[in-house]
Amino acid sequence: MGLKTFWHKLGSPRWFYGIANPWRVGFGLAAALLLSVGLVWALVYAPPDYQQGNAFRIFYIHVPSAMIAQSIYIGMGVAGLVLFVWRMKLADVAIAACLPVGMTMTALALFSGGVWGKPTWGTWWEWDGRTVSTLVLLFLYIGIYALRQAIMDPELRGKASALLAIVGTINIPIIKYSVDWWATLHQPATFTLTEKPAMPPEMYLPALVMALGLYSFVGYVILQRMQGLVLEREARTSWVRELAG
Amino acid sequence: MWRLLKREIMVMWRATGVIFNPLMFLFLAVMLFAVGAPPSTGGGSAVASYGGAILWILVLLTNLLSLDGLFRRDYDNGMIEQMATAPQPLFMLLLMRISAHWIAVGLLLTLLSPLLGVLLGVSVNALVVVFLTLLIGTPALSFLGATGAALTVSFARSGALLGLLILPLYLPTLIFGATAIHDQVNGVDNPAALYWLAVVSILAIGLGPFACAMGLRISLEMQ
Amino acid sequence: MAFESLPDFLAMGGHALYVWLAYGAFALVLAVNLLAARRLKSRALREIRFQARVDRKETCD
Repeated sequence: MGLKTFWHKLGSPRWFYGIANPWRVGFGLAAALLLSVGLVWALVYAPPDYQQGNAFRIFYIHVPSAMIAQSIYIGMGVAGLVLFVWRMKLADVAIAACLPVGMTMTALALFSGGVWGKPTWGTWWEWDGRTVSTLVLLFLYIGIYALRQAIMDPELRGKASALLAIVGTINIPIIKYSVDWWATLHQPATFTLTEKPAMPPEMYLPALVMALGLYSFVGYVILQRMQGLVLEREARTSWVRELAG
Repeated sequence: MWRLLKREIMVMWRATGVIFNPLMFLFLAVMLFAVGAPPSTGGGSAVASYGGAILWILVLLTNLLSLDGLFRRDYDNGMIEQMATAPQPLFMLLLMRISAHWIAVGLLLTLLSPLLGVLLGVSVNALVVVFLTLLIGTPALSFLGATGAALTVSFARSGALLGLLILPLYLPTLIFGATAIHDQVNGVDNPAALYWLAVVSILAIGLGPFACAMGLRISLEMQ
Repeated sequence: MAFESLPDFLAMGGHALYVWLAYGAFALVLAVNLLAARRLKSRALREIRFQARVDRKETCD
């Protein structure tokens, strides 16, 4: 099936619901496998850090969740673009499904970062480039959430969230750059977060596995949510009635 | 084009919610800082170095307040709808209107900035930088904020929501503006901040009207 | 293996509080997301089935 056919078919919620099932199951299995391997590796087999000791294991939670928090927002931005350019209903379903997952991942990134910071650098919270960027990301998510809460009409809610997601996504690199620029000016002289010795594979491979596992997990959850939302929105159609039994 | 611009400015002058009230808020807020954290006595140098940051934050908040009324009255009386269906492209009309907002608010604040800077304890040698950062940075505030105003115009009490949507977008402008002033006060030579401020403003002026137009069209459908 | 025994593992070299707080939060976030997604879907299905019965007049709305 060509890309054009695929795109055209995505216009049909019914087709999406069907095709989502094998992908969802696939993501779920991949997540279960990768996360179990990753967790055991991260907690038991990965070596403790020379300076940070076992607190370093938090890295295996913090980095993947931060990566995903940002990826999901950009995904929402792309979905927003799709909504405006191709008028695809499914795009709004995607944004709605991504929102809670993205918010919880951002919160996890912030929390795990704080918990990692206390034993490692002495403070639960430090205003540096990454913390500010991640905090701003959380506010960008909350903004879309709040806007959705304020609009009753579903089609307009979709368009408004799509616009906000696009505007936010475009601003993310600008915000990140400015915050990093600001952080390098305010960095305390005692430690530099930018210069780290190259990480050996025993340390970064578990992070990779955890990241892939977490990506699969959110893939599973988002598809699950999208299917649920499609059912809600297409409740009155015959194919849904048939599906429900 | 210029007649339209002039008319927009004159309309804005009369709308108290756009210029007069926010301006009063700004002076009040400056007074609160002067009383709460006196720049001259006691913690003199600490507050002086914060002066630029406080100035910028107050400018952000003032801008936020004035944006709320940018489209509201015309949304209620059907003017926005007329603009959307006019032969001229909406983004061009909005370019005029938002420019008018900048002239009426941002530029006004820029002209008042030497006074504001002094009141907030910014050293006199930094006042030129204060003026420049506001001159270059306030267009970004008007043009970025307009999209937020467009999306929230149909809500009755949109103030806090507007802030939630716009303030993250204001962060780069704040960073570059406050840093430029801070550097000047502390004798550090760093022109990069002003250049980046210009970049953000130019991007905002270029893209803002389009996003704002989209936002207004969405809000119009909610009527 | 990075640990000699189970107590060592749980103690995490003195950083137990932080490590387990982080991993606990991780488990919580995963669980909440999983359950919420499942609940969304099952509630939709339940609602649809109920509506079908209402339409067939087997029950009242």
